[in-house]
This record gives sequence, structure tokens and C-alpha cells, in this order.
Amino acid sequence: MNLANKTLASLSFVLLIVLWHGLALYINDNTLPTPVVVIQVFWQEVESGQLPYHLGLTLLRLIASFSIAMFLGCAIGIILGRNKKLDAFFDNWLVIFLNIPALVTIILCYVWFGLIESAAILAVVINKLPNVIVTIREGTKALDKDLLEMARCYNFSKKKTFFHVIWPQLHPFVMAATRSGLALIWKIILVVELLGRSDGMGYQIHLFFQLFDVASILAYTIAFIAVIQAIELLILKPLDKKALRWKR
Amino acid sequence: MSDIHIDIKNKTYTTADSQQHTAIADLKLSLADNKFVCLVGPSGCGKTTLLNIIANLDTQYEGEISLGQNHKQPNIGYIFQNPRLLPWRTVRENIELALDSPQTEIIDSLLEAMQLTHIQHKYPEHLSLGMSRRISIIRAFAINPDILLMDEPFVSLDAPTARQVRGLLMDLWQQRPHTILFVTHNLREAIALADRLVFLSASPMSVVSEVEVTIPRDDRNNEVLVEDFRQYLLNNHPEIKELL
Repeated sequence: MNLANKTLASLSFVLLIVLWHGLALYINDNTLPTPVVVIQVFWQEVESGQLPYHLGLTLLRLIASFSIAMFLGCAIGIILGRNKKLDAFFDNWLVIFLNIPALVTIILCYVWFGLIESAAILAVVINKLPNVIVTIREGTKALDKDLLEMARCYNFSKKKTFFHVIWPQLHPFVMAATRSGLALIWKIILVVELLGRSDGMGYQIHLFFQLFDVASILAYTIAFIAVIQAIELLILKPLDKKALRWKR
Repeated sequence: MSDIHIDIKNKTYTTADSQQHTAIADLKLSLADNKFVCLVGPSGCGKTTLLNIIANLDTQYEGEISLGQNHKQPNIGYIFQNPRLLPWRTVRENIELALDSPQTEIIDSLLEAMQLTHIQHKYPEHLSLGMSRRISIIRAFAINPDILLMDEPFVSLDAPTARQVRGLLMDLWQQRPHTILFVTHNLREAIALADRLVFLSASPMSVVSEVEVTIPRDDRNNEVLVEDFRQYLLNNHPEIKELL
């Protein structure tokens, strides 16, 4: 992004805040606090330790469920992409799991396994897994056969073939699954916490909803957005840049 | 190692509309060690299929391939029609990956011989096709192959670049001789390179005739001699005319 575009992006952000502020002043009601009030609440929550505690717990759940879903999804996706018969067999299962509403899986997990941590994580994994599998499967189907032949011809070991021939080709698909996965898991995890946990962001937001405390809801939302932006800027973008440095 | 014997009785393929075709029928070929053999035949006659069978990339055929060396799979280098380099690895990494253990000196000397030392840390996407082809030649030579398969490696190179790469290839081969099977449909190129020419017919592919090239190695750059030999071939082997 060049300087002019950066200025434009910052200006649009300032405009959004100004609009919000103006609208809040115009409505003049607790249901829409001004940005200033939200920031004050945000600091209070940070200082009291409440926000970091709940945000931390949600992040832990996110990391656990995301890692499991990505690891299993990549493994199953690659196997299905490489094996036509297995793919044909499991295709229907995938379609079914892709179409089960998130809320249903969450409720079923809590009903079957109780209101416990592992049921919460499992519910998120089940929601995310089919997505990863489908993305990685399509990536595996699109692998360059010429390069695989070259690897066979030059007696590449399985490990060498995977890390030097297959994985770099899957990289764009893994990144796509990661980005869409993070966005999806954030949303699902809040519902999971709201329905069956007594801590975490989802639980807190549920609490604020009962108190009609919009300022706190918005303060937590801001923390949320900040974390996602940090993940994008500090982890995903550098990963992308490193992996794609060979591109012209 | 001992000689190479190829005896493919039948190789079929199935087209998209489920029809079966015979690609190769009764193809017998014996190759002496350390010879440069050119397989000449029309486009689409199945030359690449034959190389894939020899390289063990295609195992769906009836027949037998004996690549000398009892019980031991010979080292096969394959220079494909397009260079097939890993775009996300540097030139040097692409060569190193073909080797079981890092052999710095061999890679250095090959890079120098091919005049590519200065681009060894670049990525293939930043290089010209001629350079990429030379890298694929280095990769094949680096594994010190017993047999080297080359599938029209100079196609789509402009004439001066092709001549240069050909010259570099011959220098390398004379330093480290091994059996080369070189596929082409360019008769002049074949005469300039080969010890022996094998002419192949299309659909199904089989051997039409085999000719030794009698021009001394040192005179292969002489285009007049090459052209004379070509005329001699066309006059004395009328059966190859329709293959060209």
C-alpha cells in the first residue's frame, strides 16, 4: 500500500469513529454509547483484569480447536485428495457435516458429553473440520503431476516429497483455510461459551446482554478485533511473505 | 554396467471417450554402454511414453526392460521437455534436492561448466527458459546417472541458445560419459549429437531403422557435414522420409 492509500485508509477509519460519535450524540441513549465511553469501559475492564482473563481463555480455546481442526483437516484432506475411492466414499459425509448448523453441533455435544471443556472444543472442531478438509482436498487434487513425477524419478524420499514438492503447493490452500477458519471459529466459539461455559468472551457478552450493558459489549468487541488484526499482521502476513518470496 | 535391452510387447492407452489404442507394439531396442542414442520420430508417436516406461514412471505395459546392472536399479537422470524445477526452491536447492547427500564440489563444478554460478541463489521464476533448461541438465548430471533420458530438451529455445546449451551438454557428457537416450524430431540436431539414430514410427510405435552416425565427434559442429549426412540418410533410407 502506498502512502496516499494509507492516508485514505486512516481517513476512512477516522470517519467511521466520527460517524459513530455523531450518531451516539444524536441518539443520546445507553443503547449506543459514544466511542469515548467505550474506550473508558475498555480501560476499566483491562485494569480490573476481567477482559484479559476472559479474552485469554477464549484465545486458548481458539488455539486448541483451531490446531486440532487444521491438523486433522490437512491430513484427511490430503488423503482424500490423493485417493479417489476414499474421496468418493466420504464425499457424502462431508456434504452432511458441512450443512449441519453450528448451533446444532454445539447443543448435541453438550447434551452427549456434558457441559465440559472438551465438549466445547469438540463442538468447534466438528464445525470447522469439514471446511478444512474440503479446501485441502481441492488443493491436493490440483497438485502438479509433472513435479510429482520429477520427484519420483529423482528418488525423493516421502519426507522430501512432502516438504519440498507437496506442501509448498498446498500453502495457498492452507492459508485460505486458516483465514476462513479463524473467522469462523471466533464466531462459533462465542456461541459455545454463551451456551455452556462460565467464562470466556461469549459468557461475558451474554452477561452484558442481560444487563443491557452495550458499552461493555462494544469494549469486548474492540479487544476482539484488535486480537484478530494482530494475528493477521504479526503471524499470517509474515508467513505469507516468507512462503511466497519466490514469486515474481 | 552392461547393455540396456528394451522389449515392449504392448502398451495401450485409453482416450477420454473410453477407446483403447495401442501406443507401442513389439518395440525391441538394445543399447550399448556409454553411447549417445537419438530416438527420432514424428510428434506424438509415443517417444515420451517410452522414456517414462524406462524411467519407471509408467508401469502399465507388457514386456521387459533390462537396464543392465543385475538386481540394482540404475541411477536414471531425466531431463523433461519442460524443466520441471521447483519454483519455490532456489537454483542450488533444486539441484541439491536431487542428491541424497550434499555434494558441494560437484554442484559447484557443474554450475561453473554451465556458466550459471552467478544465479545459483535465484528462484527459477526469475530466469529465462534457456537458463532453466541448463539447470535441469545440471540436476540430471549431478546424480551421476548411469542412464540419462532427455525429452526434446532444446525445443522452444532460439537457435543460438539451443546451440550453446547443446555445446555445454556435449562437453559435460564427454567428461562424464554414460548412456544417453535423447528424444527429438529434429534430424539435424540428432545427427549433430548422436552415435546412433533410432527411427521410430507412429501409432503404434515401433523401430523402423537404426543408423550409426559416422561423422567424427570433432566435426559435429560443421553444418555442411551434418547436412551431407542428412541427405545421405534420406537418399539411402527412404523409409525414414515419412517420419520426418
